[in-house]
Amino acid sequence: MIQTTVNGKPQKLDVDPATPILWVLREQLGMTGTKFGCGVAQCGACTAHLDGQPIRSCSTPISEADGRQITTIEGLAGPEGALHPLQQAWIDAQVPQCGYCQSGQLMSAAALLRDTPKPSDEQIDAAMSGNICRCGTYERIRKAIKAAASGTER
Amino acid sequence: MNKWSRRGFIGAGVLTGGALVVGVAIRPGNAIDKLRGSVAGGEGEQLVNAWVKIDRDNTVTAIVPHCEMGQGAHTTLAQMLADELDADWAKVSVMQAPADGNYVVPDAARDFVAAWSLDAPKWLEPTYNGLFTQISKLGDVLVTGGSSSVRTTGQHTMRLAGAAARQMLVAAAAARWNVPASEIVAENSMLVHKASNKRGTFGEFAEAASQESMPQTPPLKDVSQYKLMGKGLQRLDIPAKVNGEALFGIDAQVPGQKLKYVAVKAPPVPGAKVEAINTATAKTMPGVRQILNMGDFVAVVADGYWQAQMALNMVEPRYSRTDGDGLDSANLSARFAKALDDAGDTGGTSLAKEGDAPGALAGAAKKVVAEYKVPFVAHAAMEPINCTAWVHDGKCEIWTSTQVPLMARSAVAKALEISNDDVTVNQLYLGGAFGRRLESDYPVQAARVAKATGYPIKMIWSREEDTRQDFYRPADTSRFSGGLDGSGKPVSWNNAFTQLNGPDGSWDVAHYDIPNRSIRHAPADMHLRFGSLRSVDHSQQGFFVESFIDELAHAAGQDPFEYRRALLSKSPRHKAVLEKVAQMAGWGTPLPEGTGRGIALVKSFGTIVAEVAEVTLQDGKPRVTKVWCCADAGYVMNPDGFAAQMEGGIIYGLTTALYSGITLKDGSVEQSNFHDYQMVRMEDAPAVMVDVINGDSKVLGGAGEPSLPPLAPAVTNAIFAATGKRIRELPIAKNFT
Repeated sequence: MIQTTVNGKPQKLDVDPATPILWVLREQLGMTGTKFGCGVAQCGACTAHLDGQPIRSCSTPISEADGRQITTIEGLAGPEGALHPLQQAWIDAQVPQCGYCQSGQLMSAAALLRDTPKPSDEQIDAAMSGNICRCGTYERIRKAIKAAASGTER
Repeated sequence: MNKWSRRGFIGAGVLTGGALVVGVAIRPGNAIDKLRGSVAGGEGEQLVNAWVKIDRDNTVTAIVPHCEMGQGAHTTLAQMLADELDADWAKVSVMQAPADGNYVVPDAARDFVAAWSLDAPKWLEPTYNGLFTQISKLGDVLVTGGSSSVRTTGQHTMRLAGAAARQMLVAAAAARWNVPASEIVAENSMLVHKASNKRGTFGEFAEAASQESMPQTPPLKDVSQYKLMGKGLQRLDIPAKVNGEALFGIDAQVPGQKLKYVAVKAPPVPGAKVEAINTATAKTMPGVRQILNMGDFVAVVADGYWQAQMALNMVEPRYSRTDGDGLDSANLSARFAKALDDAGDTGGTSLAKEGDAPGALAGAAKKVVAEYKVPFVAHAAMEPINCTAWVHDGKCEIWTSTQVPLMARSAVAKALEISNDDVTVNQLYLGGAFGRRLESDYPVQAARVAKATGYPIKMIWSREEDTRQDFYRPADTSRFSGGLDGSGKPVSWNNAFTQLNGPDGSWDVAHYDIPNRSIRHAPADMHLRFGSLRSVDHSQQGFFVESFIDELAHAAGQDPFEYRRALLSKSPRHKAVLEKVAQMAGWGTPLPEGTGRGIALVKSFGTIVAEVAEVTLQDGKPRVTKVWCCADAGYVMNPDGFAAQMEGGIIYGLTTALYSGITLKDGSVEQSNFHDYQMVRMEDAPAVMVDVINGDSKVLGGAGEPSLPPLAPAVTNAIFAATGKRIRELPIAKNFT
């Protein structure tokens, strides 16, 4: 039995401890915001946070989450549903196209801004280059991260 | 042949149960009752016509017959409808039309065009009478592709639906208020008669409006009257795409049912069969329910997807031998060379013959010869191929992300030997498609597995399966010989290539003033499955043609921009786009050593696009730092959405140009996942600057594809400018190892 916390809610999970967190989220908990893209930690679509650190949930077994906190895209907004500054910036900059990679993009960006409130272009590249977007929204992501960063400062 | 025969487009309504519902009769004998069942929602909703529903609370729902895969069609089509309706945009929402034959839009457009006596845009005729007529025989035209949503459905149905609904609302208000319809103004979802100070919402008049006769030719707005069209309105689907709520095909659930999960593997060489499987280990693994040899693929059914995939990895399939065995990229390339050798200077199928190209070449002051090659390309949408299916009681229901819901329905019906009416397709958002989801192989696979299991299943392909079982942009080789006169002007253009899939004219250079042209197709087959990939043939032809024109410019010792410009005297819109992009990019201003600019110009899907790429050599490898893009799509309905499509096509084109190369070994695709099939990432992404010219508000061009074809040649032309190295074979990265 795995005991973990997902978006602040305690969960007791009777699953094979080797199961990747991604599939536990999607199939056991019915939380489909976290996406499957490659299965080998190459594309970032499955990015979630484990104790605040970005992880590739497709390649991280649920046993790693025992006694720890998982945060997913569904938990990025505030408790009253107030959008995270990045989510608002994503809407303002009209970032998503198909939208499939954007949960992962947002979770990577959220981890970046928490540690680096005002990232440089190089820091954005370093934090975000693990997340592939086939629709080609990279420039809008960059603009949205900068907009959210300057908003946080204000 | 009467190409534009009227078949009865707009029809009468149907009254039932006290609530009046009126729909557009798309064909005689239309199934409006059936449509109402799937479209009309709660109490008090009125179906004013098949593309617009006005609720009692005055909300407007645009019923959009195209899928949403990131191209923004849902919003832009709603925008076009709402403008003609004079609706309040804040009260407009979008609903995906059900996968029902009554939303077959090309036929609809054809009939509307007939009813309308509009001059049918020239490009529509071959589209309808060629490809679509063929497909129409199957009755399965509900396609999102060809950069066509706005310029077909938008222009020829959504706007008309909005205008017709508005006229009916006005007529209903005129009757109730006993005032002339001409004195009633519709704005922001309100009807107003100033003189008598009467006001009412659309919602108040929806029921009465549905009793009005449907206008056959409601007037459409002139561009000067547009209120919503031409505005960069925010996309309606975006809020749900930043919080995890948006549901894609892979997120499908079957109401009231617990799903089992399926992993599949097809033979690596197309056409091979699964002769035998060894299930000894796999069947003992946790969660495994069934292991199925389906003949053309293996399926493992398990309680969870990960369990299914782990077990599948332990199944040892044995495959039959095929003609494709032993084929690799090198001998395929040799096959292409042989086809071109055999065609020689005049053989093959002639596609364009103007003047005497071989004769003019013989007499030219200077000759230039070049051969270009492109590899197979896989689509690699972020959402791996998947489909959820449930077969029970002789019926099949599927949930998936597809560009062709009706074709998927037919394909599933055929595979299961049931009627189309017994198949229901539930359409979810597409996590990218780029042409891959024009194929219906995966709904058929899922349906067959579901038939075998009897319980509902969700099939998900691994990334490896997605990469290796694609329908690929074909590899191709194109040869050119060109002749210049004493002043450097091209007088002869000779071109032959091996792959031709459409759209027609992707190889065309008629916009350039080159008097003698011979363009030929020398076919060579291959065993990989062909598929439409964003911009289809334009994706390679743009590279071929715009590389060679650049080589001619350099052979003439002239500036590549000025050279093209001088050849565009008869193509003023091309010329304007080219000049604009050169101005945007500061063409001609000095650049540091090791940096170069390249330019390219391609018209595709009705839109003229010119791009300038700026490339810098870093550690001996080219890095694209900036791309400027100017497009003339006639009239841009949503400028921000259009710019997003230009940006997206450029990044997709950059991945294709820089990295994409599917190679074959012993008949099988060698690449498998993103580590060996590389994508442009944030660190590679150039800044992209987009501007538009609205050259003709009457005839619209597409948005989803046209920015891709000029990108590869703009980059390789820039590499030449920066380094003197001419890239004649894609991907570019292969030339810098």
